[in-house]
Amino acid sequence: MAEENKKGADVEIKVLFFARARDLAGGVSEMMLQVPSGSTAQDCLSKIFTKYPELEQIRECMVLALNLEYTPESVVVNNKDELAIIPPISGG
Amino acid sequence: MKSNGVDSSSSLIRQELEKLKAEKKDIENRISVLEAQLSNDAVTKETDSSSCPNSLLNIDSNSEHGLSPDMIYRYSRHLLLPNFGVQGQSNLLKSSILVIGAGGLGSPALLYLAACGIGRLGIVDHDVVELNNLHRQIIHAEAYIGQSKVKSAAAACRAINSTIQIEEYKEAFRTSNALEIMSKYDIVVDATDNAPSRYMINDCCVVLGKPLISGAAVGLEGQLTIYNHNGGPCYRCLFPTPPPSTACQRCSDSGVLGVVPGVIGCLQALEALKVASDVGESLTGRMLLFDALSAKIRIVKLRGRSLLCEACGENAAFTREVFQNFDYEKFTQTPLSTTPMKLKLIPENARISSKEYKDKVDHGEPHILVDVRPAHHFNIVSLPKSLNIPLSTLEAKLPAIVSALKDEEERKGPDSSSSASLYVVCRRGNDSQRAVDYLHKMGFSSAMDIVGGLESWAQNVDSNFPSY
Repeated sequence: MAEENKKGADVEIKVLFFARARDLAGGVSEMMLQVPSGSTAQDCLSKIFTKYPELEQIRECMVLALNLEYTPESVVVNNKDELAIIPPISGG
Repeated sequence: MKSNGVDSSSSLIRQELEKLKAEKKDIENRISVLEAQLSNDAVTKETDSSSCPNSLLNIDSNSEHGLSPDMIYRYSRHLLLPNFGVQGQSNLLKSSILVIGAGGLGSPALLYLAACGIGRLGIVDHDVVELNNLHRQIIHAEAYIGQSKVKSAAAACRAINSTIQIEEYKEAFRTSNALEIMSKYDIVVDATDNAPSRYMINDCCVVLGKPLISGAAVGLEGQLTIYNHNGGPCYRCLFPTPPPSTACQRCSDSGVLGVVPGVIGCLQALEALKVASDVGESLTGRMLLFDALSAKIRIVKLRGRSLLCEACGENAAFTREVFQNFDYEKFTQTPLSTTPMKLKLIPENARISSKEYKDKVDHGEPHILVDVRPAHHFNIVSLPKSLNIPLSTLEAKLPAIVSALKDEEERKGPDSSSSASLYVVCRRGNDSQRAVDYLHKMGFSSAMDIVGGLESWAQNVDSNFPSY
């Protein structure tokens, strides 16, 4: 739970980029991200999109997963969580 | 009324066609039975001469599960699986699966589904086999280059298993034929390669209530899940908004490591087999992500069905009629066909054909040729003396163009009054237009692009120039 984190302290999460998201993030497949405790997945996304603006292209077309489970953007992230950005692959 | 004669003659033809088709089916069945008997006899002779001398004696010995002696022998390793057994195999033999796409995903999926004894297998594809398919589309052999993929795939499946029914659809899967084709099958395997087809197949599955085994692969990554099955989500529940066409990658542009669709296609066959035999726990509600480069497989739990989903939601009115009139190309801003789009961005007088460019080279016109493809494309093949400045770096490399033009003018000598020309080329003639458009804005008003790019050069100027 978010309350477990010390007030004001940052939490660090790992962000995973898949498929097209990886290309749009300049070929990076994962990155560490520090956010203030109590931050939501949406807060994380804002930070990520500021760093990699090209990702805006797939903002409306991706699955967001926290610790390998589908997550709404309103959920609060915890230290060491893993947030995955998964756009669909069309090719075959 | 006037066309009565025509009507009656065409109805006669239809009747005759139906009759011939029925006869053909009957003959094919008889051939299968005879072939099965023949191979069964051969097997009996080979393996054990002390057992029953005549396979006919066995045929009715255990008819409860409906498996003939030949089937028992062919599928014995399946029957030996305690969790699969006679019931699983018998379910497979009664099932029907439609595989849409006989490419990188469809190749292994079809081979395994044919081999494992799916009773009836449908194959849809409008394409022909090309040399650059063969590194991944392992169902096709060199001898079939230029021929229909469906024909090639069906022949390969029949060669492995002549006892199953294989139905060929040498046509594109479209809203006009989708409902009719799909309604004849229990399970659908999406092995296509583009966004509009994926939405179309999903919606058709929702309309007809069919489970959809969906696989995809590009580059070094693959995805796999089952949609519209056991209360799980459909494709639109996850992706209600299509990706922008700029975010879609095709294997023909982005490349793909051959084994990657192979792995996903095999897993599609596995999941289809599990659904068909009603064995085990399917991937419904979960998505498998395959990352070949780092050798990682992750399985993500997906959301449930979306109540707001336009296709399968509570208030969705996605009927057959809506489906048939839905414009998937417009919805996804992506063409269904695999032919690459032809951009028309700059005026005709800012473009020259590959032949015209060849004339300019032959006449020694002072010029530089900028190739705006990515460096790894340039490494495959390039025109002599071309300068590689990838489109993404063009802005930063403008000084390099200025100095190359200057060098060329000096090289040609001060007597030539005209300045050096600037030509731009890429693979197919789209990025070169974007580059010329940008160069015009940056003051390089004489920049021109080569229509159709290096593909046109290979087609119209130098037939020995490699295509890729």
